[in-house]
Amino acid sequence: MAMITADPKDVPQVASFAFTSEYLEKAKALIAKYPQGRQASAVIGVLDLAQRQQGWLPRVAMDEVAKLLDMAPIRVYEIATFYTMFQLRPKGKYLLQVCTTTPCWLRGSDGVMKACREAADGETFSVQEVECLGGCVNAPVVQINDDFYEDLDEASMRKLLDAFRRGEIPKPGPQVDRQASAPAGGPTTLKGE
Amino acid sequence: MPKMKIDGVEIEVPAGITVLQACEMAGVEIPRFCYHERLSIAGNCRMCLVEQEKAPKPIASCAMPVAEGMVIKTDTPMVKKARNGVMEFLLINHPLDCPICDQGGECDLQDQAMAFGFDRSRYLENKRAVPDKELGPLVKTSMNRCIHCTRCIRFATEVAGVEELGATGRGESMEVTTYVEHTLSSELSGNLVDLCPVGALTSKPYAYEARSWELRKTESVDVLDALGANIRIDTRGAIVMRILPRLNDDVNEEWIGDKTRHAVDGLRYQRLDRPYVRKAGKLVAATWSEAFAAIASKVEGLDGKKIAAIAGDQCDAESMVALKDLMAALGSPNVDCRQDGAKLESGVRGGYIFNPGIRGIDRADAILLIGTNPRFESPVLNARIRKRYLAGRCAIASIGPMADLTYAVDRLGAGPATLRELLEGRLGFFEKLKAAKNPLIIIGMGALSREDGAAVLALTRELAEKVNAVRDDWNGFAVLHTAAARVGGLDLGLVPGEGGRDVAGILAGAQAKEIDVVYLLAADEIDTQKLGKAFVIYQGHHGDAGAHRADVILPGAAYTEKPGTYVNTEGRVQLGRRANFPPGEAREDWAILRALSERLGKTLPYDTIDQVRARLIAVNRSFAALDQQAPGSWGAFGKAGPVSDAAFASPIANYYMTCPISRASRTMAECMASRQQVLAAE
Repeated sequence: MAMITADPKDVPQVASFAFTSEYLEKAKALIAKYPQGRQASAVIGVLDLAQRQQGWLPRVAMDEVAKLLDMAPIRVYEIATFYTMFQLRPKGKYLLQVCTTTPCWLRGSDGVMKACREAADGETFSVQEVECLGGCVNAPVVQINDDFYEDLDEASMRKLLDAFRRGEIPKPGPQVDRQASAPAGGPTTLKGE
Repeated sequence: MPKMKIDGVEIEVPAGITVLQACEMAGVEIPRFCYHERLSIAGNCRMCLVEQEKAPKPIASCAMPVAEGMVIKTDTPMVKKARNGVMEFLLINHPLDCPICDQGGECDLQDQAMAFGFDRSRYLENKRAVPDKELGPLVKTSMNRCIHCTRCIRFATEVAGVEELGATGRGESMEVTTYVEHTLSSELSGNLVDLCPVGALTSKPYAYEARSWELRKTESVDVLDALGANIRIDTRGAIVMRILPRLNDDVNEEWIGDKTRHAVDGLRYQRLDRPYVRKAGKLVAATWSEAFAAIASKVEGLDGKKIAAIAGDQCDAESMVALKDLMAALGSPNVDCRQDGAKLESGVRGGYIFNPGIRGIDRADAILLIGTNPRFESPVLNARIRKRYLAGRCAIASIGPMADLTYAVDRLGAGPATLRELLEGRLGFFEKLKAAKNPLIIIGMGALSREDGAAVLALTRELAEKVNAVRDDWNGFAVLHTAAARVGGLDLGLVPGEGGRDVAGILAGAQAKEIDVVYLLAADEIDTQKLGKAFVIYQGHHGDAGAHRADVILPGAAYTEKPGTYVNTEGRVQLGRRANFPPGEAREDWAILRALSERLGKTLPYDTIDQVRARLIAVNRSFAALDQQAPGSWGAFGKAGPVSDAAFASPIANYYMTCPISRASRTMAECMASRQQVLAAE
């Protein structure tokens, strides 16, 4: 079982972390949403900002969040280790979260996974096996950073990865001739006037 | 007052309590792991499930508030099955290594598995393995055994006030941890071991030392700080194996500090087990009669004014009264029990005790700390202040050393000047004190054991009177002592008599050759360099500062080895009991003084401890009332005068080593080293 929690001793040390002014502004906007003295409520959002800035969440970043929100560091560690979307180990530029739950698996996630595994080098791509992403109607699905890429197979996955390698951002959504979850090849009903 | 039915018995219970508490009131025992009276409710172990009529599922009784007309059943097949199931789940990942587990024999999980569990396991998968955590020199972890009750997390966060423990991960990968490995920075960490219902957290110094059923348990009183925490001394044979807290809501609730608990190994090292006499500059082992003869040859015929006695910080009242009586018989007015030179007087009891009592802290609504760091001086009392702080609506301010007290403190200033400002109403906190219903002013030895201590005391008394802290129904003037024997000594009047010298005077006299003989009754906290050429008799239990300087050593008993009366900082008279015998030829302290008095031809008029105790009561009536606390008499005390500008310093710089016992303890040395490491890392 791939454990999400990581002992801070087992991950590379990052010497220091500080929010850039852009992210700090965003964090302050988040904190302002909560009443005074309840700034700890913003912890998940602020952790997400830290992760976006750094690419993952080193311990120093969690400490910085704790300082910013006036919380005990352990309370931040608890939250960061609880939620699977917080990455406690360094990640590549693109995090490939491959869904392998039954519908995706039936529709060929094994091949998608194979392509992803071969591409994962830890720098450009990191791969993670995840449970249902909620896009079963477009199975198989891979979440790449914030976007869903759907209706994949091994070949189209490789094509996608090549595009990412070239620095392009392919269009998210179905990778076959299909609009969202509408039938493949175009509408079959409600076509007339 | 809701009426409810528990197992067919109608009972009326106070509103707002939980079903579990109601069941206890009805005399029904409910098994539990995560629930603890003094911690917040977590409701995560599910062991306390009971059946509630009309509820579709069993309810967690620890988290369910009582309601009018509730019908609770605890002895139905549904409850039995629920407990059975919960226990089976809890044991899925529990290693069942009871034979090698230190908790064995006093383990809640073991007991409850016997009483409520299923007799086999149906779980065939691998058990999960969890890495052990390093929590410092006192708490040993074996995290495979953890059942995630979170008592330790809640204790650290709520009672100890150090938010360092937490639960990381989720589901099967949940772990109780500090995440970033470090020693817990609490003086109360030993209590985690008591709280842990399984063997996940056990005592590191006591690891594999003894089984609970081999131990003889003696109920006694702690003397390592002035709180007088109620303790249970567990001995095997002649050795004290460990010390555990005893329940007393008026004093220590059910906590004790780490020094109280873990300095016990100090009782095994550096002990004085036979008399010694200094011959040609070297201490030579002697017999009791040789030692007495050496003393007699010095003392007999000597003018009483040239003899002085200092009582130590951990003496029982019996030995102190014997010392006082002996000195009186020898004609010496030079007696003192205030080694640190605290400017406290003996007469007015209200002037030297913690008048509102420890329980009074719960009632206070404004607290001022003067020259004290209660976290080091009495960690359990500090936890009580924190409890009051958490309850809300209580302003806390401090004049004195900067310290992290685990609660928010408004630091007004550092020294007497601030106190004067406050008294003159020039600081905002004065109004808060004045507006408070029960203002509490805690003054520590940091403010009193200095040249201007009497003037500071007078200022504080004036402040207490000015903010109406001293009334018939409330006395908020509180002295926080650091020495367990101090209040007893002052009660007995172990202060210089007419024309007598105090500790500073005795030391000066010894250097000026005006004092020829100094009797140290377990007094190690004075500067022994200053004893000059005086003939020093040291009676005590450890080879510490006093013994090194002594000309004659009389081996006495430590607090676990003698029955003794102690008066804690709030003036509560408590009995300590003998758990084991002093080593070798060492004897009970009052008996040594009694024997010496006979040799000196001034026989003290008591032969048994009961007679000594009768004498205690004759000297001060307060010794007649055991385990009771009341505000002391009030009157003029302290002495108005000029105060210096020097800041108040806490008398305790190093919590772990404050007395001969803790200085001899290896565990305490380890604690100190690890704490220094933590500080250095910061």
